[in-house]
Amino acid sequence: MFSDPAIWLPFVFAALMGLSILIYVVADGFDLGVGVLFPFADDDEKDLMIASIGPFWDANETWLVLAIGLLLVAFPAAHGAILTALYLPVAVMLVGLILRGVAFEFRAKAPAHHKTRWNWAFYTGSMMASLSQGFMLGIYILGLEQGWADLGFGLLTAVFLTVGYSFIGAAWLILKAEGALQVKAVAWAKGGIWGLVLGLGAVSAASPLVSTRIWDKWFSWPELLWLAPLPLLSAALVAGLWRALRRLPRPGDHGAWVPFAAATALFVLAFLGLAYSFYPYVVPEKLTIYESASAPESLMIILVGTAVVLPMILGYTVLSYTVFRGKASLLNYDLMAQNAAPEAAETGTTTER
Amino acid sequence: MDTLLLSRIQFGANISFHILFPTITIALGWVLLFFKLRYTVTGDAKWMQAYGFWVKVFALSFALGVVSGITMSFQFGTNWPGFMETVGNVAGPLLAYEVLTAFFLEAVFLGIMLFGAQRVPGWLHTLATFLVAFGTTMSAFWIIVLNSWMHTPQGYELREGVVHATDWFAIVFNPSMPYRLSHMLLASGLTVAFLIAGLSAFRRLLGDRSASVMASLRFALILGAVLIPIQIVAGDMHGLNTLEHQPQKVAAMEGNWETGGNKPLLLFALPDEAARENHFEIGIPNGASLILKHHADGVIPGLNDFVAEDGTVLHPPVAPVFWAFRIMVGTGMAMLALSWAGVALMLRRRGVEGLPKPYLYATVAMTFAGWLATLAGWYTTEIGRQPWLVSGLLTTEQAVADVPAPLVLGTLVTYLAIYAALIVAYMGVLFYLARKSAMGDHVAMMPPSSAAQVAITAAE
Repeated sequence: MFSDPAIWLPFVFAALMGLSILIYVVADGFDLGVGVLFPFADDDEKDLMIASIGPFWDANETWLVLAIGLLLVAFPAAHGAILTALYLPVAVMLVGLILRGVAFEFRAKAPAHHKTRWNWAFYTGSMMASLSQGFMLGIYILGLEQGWADLGFGLLTAVFLTVGYSFIGAAWLILKAEGALQVKAVAWAKGGIWGLVLGLGAVSAASPLVSTRIWDKWFSWPELLWLAPLPLLSAALVAGLWRALRRLPRPGDHGAWVPFAAATALFVLAFLGLAYSFYPYVVPEKLTIYESASAPESLMIILVGTAVVLPMILGYTVLSYTVFRGKASLLNYDLMAQNAAPEAAETGTTTER
Repeated sequence: MDTLLLSRIQFGANISFHILFPTITIALGWVLLFFKLRYTVTGDAKWMQAYGFWVKVFALSFALGVVSGITMSFQFGTNWPGFMETVGNVAGPLLAYEVLTAFFLEAVFLGIMLFGAQRVPGWLHTLATFLVAFGTTMSAFWIIVLNSWMHTPQGYELREGVVHATDWFAIVFNPSMPYRLSHMLLASGLTVAFLIAGLSAFRRLLGDRSASVMASLRFALILGAVLIPIQIVAGDMHGLNTLEHQPQKVAAMEGNWETGGNKPLLLFALPDEAARENHFEIGIPNGASLILKHHADGVIPGLNDFVAEDGTVLHPPVAPVFWAFRIMVGTGMAMLALSWAGVALMLRRRGVEGLPKPYLYATVAMTFAGWLATLAGWYTTEIGRQPWLVSGLLTTEQAVADVPAPLVLGTLVTYLAIYAALIVAYMGVLFYLARKSAMGDHVAMMPPSSAAQVAITAAE
């Protein structure tokens, strides 16, 4: 299998694309989730919530660009088929991403009396992006059909994914916040965990019912044995999460990382389940990764670059998360602070101590 | 209107909105590095204050560039699937390299550049500033390579109607790339020069005489004065390159219908495609021949050479290209006049302090001149490529998605409304930041008694 580049290159690219989508869903998932939770916070907490994601959101969204870029370059036929079928939800998502992306900057720089408006844009944009991504997930699982049942299922997954994002967003805030906001975040997480559970359940129930191929893949022997760890681990994680949330926050901030780590693990398991079910299809039941792949020589060119650059990207991403580790706190563009320059007095955006 | 036209307007609106912000961030990244290094070397706080103000403008512009860029990467698929299906083997790797070598670099180090100054050593903050500037420039490089390849494709072969790359060196270094890249990078430098000059002059007019404003104004006017003649030469060379590879575009730029010598440089005309002639021509005799061929009887290609036997028009729409070109050149001339007048005034009248008020007003009026010239330039070259999407390979019509027209109309109207609102908000916030800084600087820089007075005046 791995001697023929026309076979292994599409597989490698599908894996890379999957990795990008996974990183995107976890990383932008938590910062979209923070946006979804925005109306539940008071004004000071809002600034702190923005501060906790300020240095990261931009790079987090770049994983979406990479994922869609890999779909575009590695599987051009699938790219066109998927995106024209999802024209409207994609447009809603883009408008949402525009609104929330610019709101980050505007809410800190525009005149103070405009801030409420940009807070609203941030929340609305986050909701639009989350809901449309959930909707697209549902439609995709059902094979990109446009019937009423498909739309209904899409709306269901839209709500579940949004609640799921709010859950991982709350988990992120438990990690990055202190005091009252942290206590609030724990409560939000307790509310959001059900969205995650229902979402996982709905997707797990729908996938094999829609496709006999997936049914056979799941419920035949010995595949069942391979697959069994996924639901079992997920159930164990949910139980552990519930237990941990009931105890948080603990003195000395012990275990504040547990919800976020567990939420990430849940997202990874759910993603692996989906990847297992749909392989080798990139457009469900219609187009496999092998049928829609670009020419091997073009893929090779990209692979060489990816092999060199991706470790560097991961490296400096880790650097960034290391630089901004610890609890979030309100601050300005703090580069001026040592110089006591006038501009430092202005409240710019926020960052952490 | 049909899906093709609506999709074109939508992509045109999107890319027009998008390019405004990279045009600022590409050069502003390097300007910030310059400010940071000046501060490191001189220890003069004014450079750090300049950095502190312009890094905010950078952050805002960057966010707008990112979100509008994401929109574009999706529109390739939602509206133009034929593009990637036909030329994906060339366009794909170029776009992938842009994401891999530029987007992540910018996005990650922007976080450190904006918020990390107190968390990382000074050298790492300077390095982050450098890497962000480098990333924006890499991004410009890759996308200009792809765009230039669409104008002057080479290094490929067609197999069953699909483009396959055969020579990556030829693809990357295609004939128009070096000219387009230099032209665009210089355009970015000029846009930033006039933006900094305009906002600094605005602050100065509000009474802000702080050292950082004066240093920024002086720096920006000199930058503009140095770059504009280089840009004029680069633009001329780009035009000659276009004449060689896309003569129909030059014919439309010049509004020239019949091939021949002794062609005038038209200052004004109303091109009429139905009648295939110009109305109300005002021109400089032999001007076009002199500029393009460097002698009076130089032969200039005419639009009528680009009509097929069956009457199919194979040249771009004439009037938009003709006028966009004139707006670009006109704006460039205004930039030349303003920046050179500024330098001359500074030389004669004791530096930047001596710049007279009318001059400062003119500078404020030119704040967004770079945007105007850049957009007009891109309209010239992009509309000038029509009816082709990829010259000689793929027409725009062949690439468009089969999406119902009302759906495209719906998204188009939504995008237009959002873009209009964001442009207004962006410009408003820039001047708001300038006004706020102008007041803040006063209070800090002046002795207490006059500070109070100025604060009252400024508040009125």
